[in-house]
Amino acid sequence: MLDVPHTTTIEVNEVPTAFDLRKEAEAAGITETLHQLEQELIGLKPVKQRVRQIASLLLIERIRQRAGLVSSAPTLHMSFTGNPGTGKTTVALRMAKILHGLGFVRRGQVISVTRDDLVGQYIGHTAPKTKEILKKAMGGVLFIDEAYYLHRPDNERDYGQEAIEILLQVMENQREDLVVILAGYGERMTSFFASNPGFRSRIAHHIEFPDYSEAELLYIAELMLRERGYRFSAAARESFERYIVLRRTQPFFSNARSVRNAVDRIRLRQADRLVSDLDRMLEIADLETIDPSDVLASRVFSGGAGSEQATGSKCP
Amino acid sequence: MKLTQGCFSFLPDLSDEQITKQVQYCLSKGWAVNIEFTDDPHPRNTYWEMWGLPMFDLADAAGVMMELAECRRVYGDRYIRVSGFDSSHGWESVRISFLVNRPAKEAEFELVRQEMAVRSVRYTTVHRQPRPASS
Repeated sequence: MLDVPHTTTIEVNEVPTAFDLRKEAEAAGITETLHQLEQELIGLKPVKQRVRQIASLLLIERIRQRAGLVSSAPTLHMSFTGNPGTGKTTVALRMAKILHGLGFVRRGQVISVTRDDLVGQYIGHTAPKTKEILKKAMGGVLFIDEAYYLHRPDNERDYGQEAIEILLQVMENQREDLVVILAGYGERMTSFFASNPGFRSRIAHHIEFPDYSEAELLYIAELMLRERGYRFSAAARESFERYIVLRRTQPFFSNARSVRNAVDRIRLRQADRLVSDLDRMLEIADLETIDPSDVLASRVFSGGAGSEQATGSKCP
Repeated sequence: MKLTQGCFSFLPDLSDEQITKQVQYCLSKGWAVNIEFTDDPHPRNTYWEMWGLPMFDLADAAGVMMELAECRRVYGDRYIRVSGFDSSHGWESVRISFLVNRPAKEAEFELVRQEMAVRSVRYTTVHRQPRPASS
């Protein structure tokens, strides 16, 4: 009788017993995405923390799956609330990338919609419209901006409720096919959730976006200028600090968006100043530098409340 | 009589998982996926009724499968097929089409031979209503 050593048989589908966490994270691309999130987005501490938590959970969940441990597909629907210009849309786009990297959405496309894309004009128009959008979003992320407009409490014959019902059904039944992210301004989202109790409980992650501090706004402005190839002179930087303090107290202030608009207007004024004197030689430094006069010409310094609107640039 | 029509017609019926993979293949090629149904599966009947609109711009087959489930719920007793239409220049035609649903009791066809003048013979495929189970 032959003595065949049984120890040589190797299981092909052997479950690994140890996992290199760093390698796993890099393979999923989340270290890179999280790093980007940290680098490119200023402030937003609680948001970043929550996003990191979600990414970690997803990573661990994926490893657990491969290790053959009990794992349940986590509910990933999210709601982003916060004041205008606090970066909700930007973070939503990043979130889609993370989810795709970890394989929790299959395709990773982001379909960004508002009320108009979901709700129809007449009877029988809403359901096909909503379903059309849902079909497109399958395997990716459906981002609903200003979600509270779906619900119109003052109009009984509004079709928004129908869209909400279809949405809720798909959110519940096809959790592995679709991740829904709702975004909107804080207070209105609260009343929206109050009128649709089912919605709130079906969303696992409620993330609040805080306002930016003055230092963060200044940093954002400098970052924007650097991206466009400009920089503040020391005096201009100081006057922009004052600009932020004044602008924050005025109506229609919308955080980073206001700063972006201000930066655009400052560039206009700088260009105007340079062109006003055609007889001089321009140097590279002239093209790059923002002078205090470019900042101080803003109506914020003279006008006060609502002055930005008077210049024709709307800040919603 | 098991109706054979379109692609994969001599294979056993595709499972939902296999259908999903075929649809995903169509989507990856950029074809518009359509769901059609009929109660008259005669081979000459090319005009099946459409379930909704052709599905452009989808990324994932789950959307098509959702519509298919809905179509099966309503027209589960009919033939349903999925087709992929390639709209790219030079093709502009259906590239794939396969059955995804057939009724419990299938249609029956009969070949009718007709003697014509000068010994010519004309053949016609006639659609018969399925016979009752007893016969």
